[in-house]
Amino acid sequence: MKIQLRQIAHARSGDKGDDVNIGLIALTPQDYAVLVREVTASRVKKHFAEICRGEVERYELPNLYALNFVLHHALDGGGLVSLRMDNQGKTYSAALLRMEINVP
Amino acid sequence: MSPHPSLAKAAGRGTPVRIANGSAFWGDSQEAPLELLRGGLLDYLTLDYLAEITMSILQKLKARDPRAGYAHDFLGVIKRGARDIVERGVKVVTNAGGMNPVGCCDAVAAVLQAAGYGGRMKIGVVTGDDIMPQLDAMLERGLSFTNIDTGELLSTIRPRVQSANVYFGAFPIAEALSGGADIVITGRCNDAALALGPMVHEFGWMADDWDRISAGTIAGHVIECGAQCTGGNCQADWESIPDFARIGYPIIEAESDGSFVITKHTGTGGRVDVPGVTEQLLYEIGDPKNYITPDGIADFTTIQLKQQGLDRVHFSGIKGRAATDSYKVSISYSAGFKAVGTLAYSWPDAYKKARAADKILRQRLDRLGLKLDAIHSEFVGVNACHGEMSGEPANDIAEVVLRIGARSMEKAPVERFLKEIVPIALNGPPSVTGLNAGRSKVDEIIAYWPALIPKTAVTAQVEVVSV
Repeated sequence: MKIQLRQIAHARSGDKGDDVNIGLIALTPQDYAVLVREVTASRVKKHFAEICRGEVERYELPNLYALNFVLHHALDGGGLVSLRMDNQGKTYSAALLRMEINVP
Repeated sequence: MSPHPSLAKAAGRGTPVRIANGSAFWGDSQEAPLELLRGGLLDYLTLDYLAEITMSILQKLKARDPRAGYAHDFLGVIKRGARDIVERGVKVVTNAGGMNPVGCCDAVAAVLQAAGYGGRMKIGVVTGDDIMPQLDAMLERGLSFTNIDTGELLSTIRPRVQSANVYFGAFPIAEALSGGADIVITGRCNDAALALGPMVHEFGWMADDWDRISAGTIAGHVIECGAQCTGGNCQADWESIPDFARIGYPIIEAESDGSFVITKHTGTGGRVDVPGVTEQLLYEIGDPKNYITPDGIADFTTIQLKQQGLDRVHFSGIKGRAATDSYKVSISYSAGFKAVGTLAYSWPDAYKKARAADKILRQRLDRLGLKLDAIHSEFVGVNACHGEMSGEPANDIAEVVLRIGARSMEKAPVERFLKEIVPIALNGPPSVTGLNAGRSKVDEIIAYWPALIPKTAVTAQVEVVSV
């Protein structure tokens, strides 16, 4: 069955230079296992293909049932240089929650 | 008196130290610091005014007036809150000093004296973070200030540098407090240090007590963005968060063993729970095992969270490691000019018209042959936030705003670009309004250059003066 990440997780994003990080937090410990399995760095890179020019790194925080993604070169040169309305990637967290994943 | 004496006693500990944050950036709520002072018990009020871009703005203000260059919003807090601060003994720790901590101190002293509190207060001032005057000598001595994001050498942009500041840690703040300061004013320092400094002072933590230093750093990290940990900007079930209109700003109840509770004043709006606090923990971090500050390296994967009753989240188990031998340096430099204009198109065919206008504008800009480094178009209401992943809008979408921006190393082409936008309201597709381009102006781009400096190359100076 296909579901959207927003059904099992919430998120927050912020900027650092030209990078954006997105903290993705499972609603339950069971959902965390699904996130670890389904939301890989390469899938996130593909999801943000239009926006993120660099690599995507993923870090695991099992103590918080959370993953942290760092999207490199994802802000059109950085918050102060960018011409985008979302020049600090504040809504990228919500964009990640659009991702569709498979659950049993 | 402890607000939760039973809890403190049950755990066999002393009274927790209550440290609040009433400002996340320059321009945050003007009321929050006052509400924190008056809404309940508090030992420390911290106020963060400095974002990446703020230092270069303050540098410009100081160049025009040597007495300026600090976040003057802070004077309003002192003016309105002086009575609460002085009479109730709440200590204030802030980076409002910006590019001119001494000037800020003088202004605060004048406000306190005018309010009749002369002879009763001490102000601590931390300086030494502004290395702009020594920058060339440092470069000559072989410090490269390599950009830690791009690997480029500072020499490539040296003539365009506008400010250079070291991020100091918590110990200069603790030193000022130990010297009797009631108010501590710093220039650039690590945001979390504003809260860690009071803990180091109160509990006598040693600089190499890495676990406690990391715990205090994480506590400071949670509250440094103000109400972002008390329900603000929280995606977890946001509609159920009570009373945003009276949202309470965060308070740390710190214990000497490094454990702490994040809470807010009773009776305020918002919500402090594990999901919301977790969102803020992950805000603006990289590798969670290596959260590097001037004071140590915190490991976010060791944090244990527990909901401890209504609007109270308890933190424990935090581990840390030894600090690195460098400070981070925040350098700002001029990187050209930019401008953005908007045009709002209404139903019918709103999106079609907006796209047509974008195409026409670009054709005209092409014909002009302007030296623009980038032109960027977005359609607000359709895809400005999330781009292509937003999909196609409904055919009968009520309105769409074309938002178009341009960037150049030179000012003139960007000015010319702006002049091209408004005319299309009369010589392009129909039913358009919201012509803010007529009022838009060209902004200088101040870019951010993060670098490192050996800790041995700079020293923080701490001075405590009586008012």
